[in-house]
Formats: sequence, C-alpha cells, structure tokens
Amino acid sequence: MAVPVAFFAVFFAYPVAAIVRRGLHADGAWHLGRIADVLGQPDIRHVLWFTTWQALASTALTLLIALPGAYVFARFDFPGRQVLRAVVTVPFVLPTVVVGTAFLALLGRGGLLDELWGVRLDTTVWAILLAHVFFNYAVVVRTVGGLWAQLDPRQEEAARMLGARPLTAWRTVTLPALAPAVAAAALMVFLFTFTSFGVVQILGGPTFSTLEVEIYRQTSEIFDLSTAAVLTLVQFLCVGAILAVHAWTVRRRESALKLVDASTTARRPRGAGQWTLLAAVLASVAVLLLLPLAVLVQRSLTAPGLGYYRALTDADGGTFLVAPIHAIGASLSYAAAATAIAVAIGSLAAAALARRDAGRLVRGFDALLMLPLGVSAVTVGFGFLIALDAPPLDLRQSWILVPLAQALVGVPFVVRTMLPVLRAVDVRLREAAAVLGASPWRVWREVDLPMVRRALLVAAGFAFAVSLGEFGATVFIARPDNPTLPVAVARLLSRPGDLNYGQAMALSTILMVVCAVALLVLEKLRGADRTGEL
Amino acid sequence: MHHKTFVAVAVGLGLVTLSACGSGSTGTTKAADTKTVTLVSHDSWAASKSVIQDFEKRSGYTVKVLKDGDAGQAVNKAILTKDHPQGDVFFGVDNTLLSRALDNGLFQPYRPKGSDMVVRQYRADEAGHRVTPIDSGDICVNYDKKYFVDHKLTPPATFDDLLEPQYKNLLVTENPATASPGLGFLLGTAAKYGDSGWQEYWKKLKANGVKVVDGWEQAYNQEFSGSAGGRKAKGDRPLVVSYASSPPAEVVYADPKPKTAPTGVAYGTCFRQVEYAGLLSNARNPQGGKALLDFLISEKFQEDMPLNMFVYPVRETAEVPAEFVKYGHQAEHPETMAPDKIAANRDQWVRSWTSLVLK
Repeated sequence: MAVPVAFFAVFFAYPVAAIVRRGLHADGAWHLGRIADVLGQPDIRHVLWFTTWQALASTALTLLIALPGAYVFARFDFPGRQVLRAVVTVPFVLPTVVVGTAFLALLGRGGLLDELWGVRLDTTVWAILLAHVFFNYAVVVRTVGGLWAQLDPRQEEAARMLGARPLTAWRTVTLPALAPAVAAAALMVFLFTFTSFGVVQILGGPTFSTLEVEIYRQTSEIFDLSTAAVLTLVQFLCVGAILAVHAWTVRRRESALKLVDASTTARRPRGAGQWTLLAAVLASVAVLLLLPLAVLVQRSLTAPGLGYYRALTDADGGTFLVAPIHAIGASLSYAAAATAIAVAIGSLAAAALARRDAGRLVRGFDALLMLPLGVSAVTVGFGFLIALDAPPLDLRQSWILVPLAQALVGVPFVVRTMLPVLRAVDVRLREAAAVLGASPWRVWREVDLPMVRRALLVAAGFAFAVSLGEFGATVFIARPDNPTLPVAVARLLSRPGDLNYGQAMALSTILMVVCAVALLVLEKLRGADRTGEL
Repeated sequence: MHHKTFVAVAVGLGLVTLSACGSGSTGTTKAADTKTVTLVSHDSWAASKSVIQDFEKRSGYTVKVLKDGDAGQAVNKAILTKDHPQGDVFFGVDNTLLSRALDNGLFQPYRPKGSDMVVRQYRADEAGHRVTPIDSGDICVNYDKKYFVDHKLTPPATFDDLLEPQYKNLLVTENPATASPGLGFLLGTAAKYGDSGWQEYWKKLKANGVKVVDGWEQAYNQEFSGSAGGRKAKGDRPLVVSYASSPPAEVVYADPKPKTAPTGVAYGTCFRQVEYAGLLSNARNPQGGKALLDFLISEKFQEDMPLNMFVYPVRETAEVPAEFVKYGHQAEHPETMAPDKIAANRDQWVRSWTSLVLK
C-alpha cells in the first residue's frame, strides 16, 4: 500500500499541487480571489458551458447509438461476433490524436465527404460529437453488453409468459437490472468526453474549447498560469464528483443479480425485426467506426510506392531532428517502461484493495486511483516540468519522465483488471499452502500467480495501449529530439504541405496497427471472462 | 498478506529496473558537456549547414538545436524550465512577447561582439543587455494577385480598405492567442486606431466576414488561395495575414520559378516584428552560448538568414539577398509599438479580442 500511495503522492499529487500553487500563490500569499475573478469571465463561463453540454450531448448520442450495439453483441450469435467485438474496441485504445486525424481525413478540407459532396464538418460541433461516439462506443458495448449477456433471459421470458408485452417485460425486468450498468457506462463516457483534449484540439478550431483545451491554451499559449490553475481546480472538482457517483453506481451494480454464463444467452436472430436490428447495428459500426479507420489507411497510401511511409525514414532536419520513424522505437520503449511501472504499482494497489480487512480509507484510495484519468494531463505534464526539477528528484533531464506520466493513466486500468481476480482468490488456499510449509514466495508463485497470470497480462496489455497513446502530458515532457508517436503525428499535422500530412496519416496508421494488435492479443487472452471490462 | 505485498514490491522493482536497462538508449542529453552548445528555438528556425559548420570549425563547439514548438510555446516552456534550462541560448522571442521573457528572468546579461552594428531602433533592454535583436520582419496582409485580376478588383492597401464591402469574406487571419502573426496584426490595429478604437475596427472586420484559424500554417497553406500550399488545398480566401517576405518565399520555393511573385503585400497593414536572442539564465555552457550569440549577429549568419527564415537582417552592414530586393521590400511606414506598451496591454487586449471576435 505504501508504494502506490508514495507513487501517487510524488508523481501525481505533488506536481499538480505545484502547478496550482505556481498559479495561485505569489509574494507569500494565496490569491484565492482569482477563483471568483476567473469564473466571472464570460469567455471562461462559455468554456464551462460548452464543456458540459458537449459532454452531455456526446454521452446521449453514444448511448443512443451504442445501446442497440450492446444488445446485439450480448444476445445475438452471428458469424464474426468475437472479431467484431475486438474491432469495435480498437478506437477506445487509439490515441486521441489519431482519432482526430482520422476524422479530419473523413470530414475535413479535402476529406472524403468534401470530395464526394463538398461537405465539411471540421470546426463544427458535429465532428467533435461523432469522434466522441467513435471513441466511446466500446465503453458502452463492454460495460452494458457484458452484463446484458449474463442476465438470465428466462426472467424476461417468464414475464412474457405471464402476459406482459415485450416492451413492458423489458422495461420492468431487464431495464432495472441493467440500469446501474447503463449509468456507470454513461458516467464513464461523460468523464472521457468532459475531459476531451486531442479530439477537440484537432477538430474544434479556435472557437470550441473544453476545459482541458482551455487549460492547455492558458498554460502553453497565453501563459496565464493563475487562470489555468483555477480551471484545473474546477476540472478536479467536477471529475471528483463524477467519480464519486460512478463508484456509487458500481457498488450498486455489485448488488445481487442472478447471472448466468454469457455463452448460453446468445442465439441466432429470429424474425425480420431482429435481422433488421442486427443489420442496422452492423451498418452503424461500419459507418461510424470502420470508415474513419479505413479512410486513415487509404490516405496514408495515396503516394505512389508507399511514398509517405518511405518518407518517414528521412531526417530532413525540418520538422524533427531525427527521422519520424525513430518515434516508433522511442514510443515502444517508453510504453514498455510505462507498462512495467503501471503493472508494478497497479498490482500492489490492487493487492492492498483486495484485502478483506481493507478499511474505508483504503477503499477511498480506490476512487483516487481513477483521478489521473480525469485530471488535466496538461497540468500533470507542466507540473512534472516545474516540480521534479530539484534534487533528490531532478528527473527533467531523464527519459523516465515520459513513462512515469504515461504510467499514471495506465494504473487505473491495471487496478480495474486485477481487483476482481485478486478478490476471487480463496484465502484458504494460501493458508493451506503455508500450513504445508511453503515459503511466502512459493505461496505467491504456486497459488496466486497461476490464478492472476492472465489478468496480469490483460492489465499489461491495456496499460501498454493507453501508454502508447498518451498525448496530453507527453506533449510537454517529451524531448523535442525524441518525440513519441502521438507527439510526432501532432507535429506533422501542424505543418503545411502534402508530404507532412501524408506522413501524419502513415504514422497514425502504424500506431493504430500496433494498438489493434495489442488489443487482439488481449481479446484472445481474455476469453469469456469479464476481466478487462471498465 | 504482508508477505505477498513484500513479494509484489520485489517483483515490481525488478520490473522497473529491467525496463530501465532496456530503455536506457532512449535517454537524451548527457550532463555538462562544454564542447556542445545548445540553441533552443521555435519550429521556424533554419540555417544553412555550411554556415553552422563554419562556426563549429572556428569556435570548436558542436551546435545542437532544440526546436520546441511554435514561437509562443517555445518561450513559455523556456520560462517554465528556466531553473534548469534545456540549452544555453534561446532564439526567437519577439517584441510582442519580450516583456514576458524579461520579467520572468529568462536571460542573463551578455553584450555580444558586434552588437553596436545592430540598427539602433531595434535595440531593447539597453540598460540590462539581456537580449540582442537578430532579425526583423513585417506582419502584413498578403493578397492573391490572380484573384484580384480575375475579379477586376483593386487589392486592399490599408487597414481601412479591409472593411470595404467588396472585400467581404475574403480575409483569413490567425488567433492572436495562439499565433504570433495574429498577435502582430491585432497590435497593428491597436497602434493604428488607438486603445479605444481597435475594438470598433474589429467589430466591423468581423461583420465583413474575417475568418480566424489557430495557426499561420493553416491560414497561409490551407485557407489562402495565393500560396502554393493553399492552391493545392483549394484554399478560397484571397487575403491572408502573413509576412512582407512571403512573396519572395513563394518564388524561391517554386519550381519552375515564376517571373513575378504570385502574391502581393498590402503595405498599409504592416506591423514591425523584431526577434531577439539571449543567453539563458543557468546555462550549462555560458562560454559556448556567448560565442553562439556573437555568431548570430555576425555578417555571415545575418546574410545567410533571410533565405532560410524569410526575415530581414538587423546588422547595418549585412546585405539583403537579390530575391528579397526583386520580389518585395520592407514596409516604409509600418505600425510599431513600444515593448512596454505591449507588455502592459497584450494580455488584456487578447482577452477582449477573444470575447469580441471568437465567442
């Protein structure tokens, strides 16, 4: 327990506190009056308003489109279901920069819609909303669908037998059982879209900005650190509130439900209605999820002879000091280190949380672990720069800064994955082994490890994918001569000309393929159990 | 349980150590190396290889360049990391952001050799000698010549012209909060119309359909119809806020080279920008940094600079390349503003502008 707490204190709480202090503390006094000043500004209020309503709209739109998907994936058996289930999860682990780029290729100037019908949606709110749906579809399908597949269909059938109409049966039997899962999924989507950065940054243009984007602008461009600090606090409070509600719904979800093996509940669709539903869901997946990815790949291939890919190996001294291809190696080693850290810290935290005698304090830490997912990555990145610059912790010259920041977002996924499995290990097995004379190390190796090994691998895979895609914090602390893939993509995108654009598409495609492979391996490991669900 | 925690710690630390070994090769700069001098700059930095090599041979230093985002971001990041800077010299803070760098103690005093050859009007901080002017340029509206010939229109020449109905929906500019040409253009209007008049001007400009994008690259190479990039991207705005040196750049980078530049400059809309360099506080190699600063205002670098970064030299004796003379010139009467006036008003003006134009 002490290690994860120390990790979060040093690498999360301290840098965030340092940047807030830098903004609000001057000449030996705190200037809390700034909070009221900043919140009173009309354009800041506009940002708050936009952040909230676009998150609400994104959440509603995601639920509307993804809930039928959750049902179809849970209850229908059709060829390719497993693969498709993995494919719809790819967007979730994709870096926001790539998602933004893909939508730009679809909806932006010279994009597919522009070529076909002269329609451009970039710099409109629609591009942002659609990208958010794309990004969060899997959250709903996994969280709601996972539970839906395990609900006993016979309960609803019994209601039908007793004379209830289909809708009534669904409303009175299935919906109440699903409601907590829907609420949890909605809150996660709300959290992710409320703190959206890369997508809004790329697709929003100068008019739209979320809190997170505004924190970035105030810090990096306008250099108004006190406004940034106030906005960080506001976002912190909002995210804290969302997480508290989320923890509450999760606990309610754990209330007794009669669950059955997911593999027994799915069957082939019957009747025209069900076939239509299946077709509609598959069509929406094709248009909303697969098309942007396909356009991205297609754009990266438009130069003859894989020209954009070959250009990645040139160090022209223009955009970078190294050839962009080096970003791949740098990214992979950063992500590997971040995964190691996240798995180590996350397993320790999960082990402590899984203890039966874990008190309220420890369980509170559970919710705290989720905070890095919602707290401005920009703040963390800048905090690293100004907080970790003095001995004994002068890490700014060190390469480890990047993996440390990436590990922060990986840890929550590790904890979420490991916790249910660790809780399920029967304590008596360990006691029996100990009584029979096994050393603690042997107990761990022979009892715990075989049971958690798979979860450990799944956790590592998730941590790897999110580390690889981390953008908000990395963009600040990655050395200019050693960019990661998402940082390199963003930098290429901000430069003019065909070649840079094409290279951005090519790098994004490579990043997407790496993430997708990591995910497919995961899906194989995961099998039928529910670990790895958010 | 405690045993398990212990074992997990051991495994965890083992993993971290392992990964540390595995990724050691991604490490960056090695500490204090007095043979290397590091220049921190923005993404637009460029210089001829031969000129840099010449400096390296003469001085014995190896030059390392860190390009750290666009001009504003590079300055801000340099300020945040000033206790342990990433390099020895920073180049690229302009007169619009100079006060931010000086007030935050980014630079230490050094008066480079040859600084008395710098055009007097560009010198700043003459008491402290913390910064040295390196280049100057004019931020002006550029026009697409072909568009105005095709539409039998006279291109605009002044700020006032831009409000005329025949130029409705033609201008694209940059967000002053995020791009230095946008900020320069805003300051130009403030210099022209005064503290109270510029807001009225922008209200009218907004009513006349000005478009705002975040960065110069996007404005010039995507939205503007006159540049090579913009033509390719089917840009549809024939007026853009760019530089007086953009027309020569259009010629130099074209293949085959046209006889005249495809774009022109509205010289009545210019704002003079000056870029400075200085020795970073806490630089690890101050001697090397000083040598590099001397080099930046040497005749050799000053004459090499225009065709690399498309800016004008500030050294009186430096000659401007022929392309610059042939395809453009600096504005004769640009708008200017004293750095302390900019410092006092910049942030407030940008905020007002944002509320007025964007929200």
